[in-house]
Amino acid sequence: MEEKKAVVSVLGKDRKGITALVTNVLYKNDANILDISQTIISGYFTMVLIADISGENCDFDRMGEELNALAKTLSVQIRLQRSEIFDSMYRI
Amino acid sequence: MVTPSEVLSVLQMIDKQKLDVRTITMGINLLSCVSDDDERLCQKVYDKICFSARDLVRTGEQIEKDFGVPIVNKRISVTPAALISGGMKDPVRLALALDKAAGTTGVNFIGGYTALVHKSQTENDSRLIDSMPEAFSSTERLCGSVNIGSTRAGINMSAVKRMGHVIKELSEKTAATRGFGCAKLVVFCNAVEDNPFMAGAFHGAGEGDLAINVGVSGPGVVASALEQVRGMPIDRVAEMIKRTAFSITRVGQLVALEASRRLNIPFGIVDLSLAPTPAVGDSVARILEAMGLEACGCHGTTAALALLNDAVKKGGVMASSQVGGLSGAFIPVSEDAGMISAAKIGALSVEKLEAMTAVCSVGLDMIAVPGDTPAETISAIIADEAAIGMINNKTTAVRLVPVPGANVGDMVEFGGLFGSAPVMPLSRFSPKEFIDREGRIPAPLNSLKN
Repeated sequence: MEEKKAVVSVLGKDRKGITALVTNVLYKNDANILDISQTIISGYFTMVLIADISGENCDFDRMGEELNALAKTLSVQIRLQRSEIFDSMYRI
Repeated sequence: MVTPSEVLSVLQMIDKQKLDVRTITMGINLLSCVSDDDERLCQKVYDKICFSARDLVRTGEQIEKDFGVPIVNKRISVTPAALISGGMKDPVRLALALDKAAGTTGVNFIGGYTALVHKSQTENDSRLIDSMPEAFSSTERLCGSVNIGSTRAGINMSAVKRMGHVIKELSEKTAATRGFGCAKLVVFCNAVEDNPFMAGAFHGAGEGDLAINVGVSGPGVVASALEQVRGMPIDRVAEMIKRTAFSITRVGQLVALEASRRLNIPFGIVDLSLAPTPAVGDSVARILEAMGLEACGCHGTTAALALLNDAVKKGGVMASSQVGGLSGAFIPVSEDAGMISAAKIGALSVEKLEAMTAVCSVGLDMIAVPGDTPAETISAIIADEAAIGMINNKTTAVRLVPVPGANVGDMVEFGGLFGSAPVMPLSRFSPKEFIDREGRIPAPLNSLKN
């Protein structure tokens, strides 16, 4: 099966549990985390997470909706995008 | 593997610098709809468009969601209407069918109410051109164009003369919206067959049954990249623009291939044009100013624009497998916040814009002029632009809006992506005798390439 990857980016004010809650949504949606990196730049939490979304029970749209709902609760910005956009812009 | 800094930089391009794909335009060939029965023709046109484009808007929205990049418009371009209207006495019926199909499929615009008369015109062409004021004033989403010249054929001055009157009539018929109908009509020289941008899009006779053409955008991304080369020599500026244009175009290429795959329709081209919008941070004029011009339109603007246009092509051409359409920087006045303010303070004149059109895509675009401008003056402006296109082997266009009742300096609001524009002054001396001669300007020497 073709491997599909997605990038989840989280930007916002740091608070407890962001990583746990975001990765929980991914877990529930059958996405497998391949890489995760996070830093805090002057109090602002920045996380970029790459996940394999080719799992059988992985529904991209549903996961996006759940992350949107989580973003509202946490008052942070969460974005779910297919990884091709980043690959194509920086690699030939 | 993607790095976090690449992710953050793309997010910044989308959020702050207004990176977007300006349009996915589906080209639909309507030659198979020809019929000797007017009603049947209109029905076939409506059915073919609605069937072919049934998934266009939904697919565009899904791609937008998947990649997280805005796709501003989903549009349709069709075979030039004059080629299929046959013996139709009243082509407005066809205009209404096209407009209705656009509404049903949910696209923002449908282009192709078009006649190609660069050498001469058929009766159908003349009827279609004569119907344009009625067609564009009685429809919502229909756009069209007339090609009145080409490098190979010269300039059809009789059609040029007619178009001056058509634009005036259309402006008067849409006086309630300040002549807005004229924003839906472009007069071309060297029109291209695979342009995805409105109002000039049509699906040329050399095209296949269906095609997916994509227009990219991103003037804001270029302007902000130039911050990094502030004060450096101009060749560094050109390099920076090339690199940025590459990234922008890759997004277009990705979206085009994905749309083509999902809709199962052949990929046509990516159009490399930098298309501004009236939004702050989405302006071509601001790129020129970032190169060191006090205001767009001052001396030096043509040189800066030539560099920009060339560097965008050099960067973009490597990023896409098929490049086409208009592919150059657009300089519409009302649709570009920087152009609007340059025109307002008197830095930008119609004469300077004309010079700029010699080095970029496409022409005198979305310029508001006084409502009492004589038809022959509009024709003469079209002739001047066509001459630049004909001699320089490039596409040029005129999309002027004579605003009924407005005078030089008045601000006109068109709304949405069409923006607003100050009414600009034109020469008060008359070209009437020149325009009244009609006939055809012979093809130039540089057309003899064989």
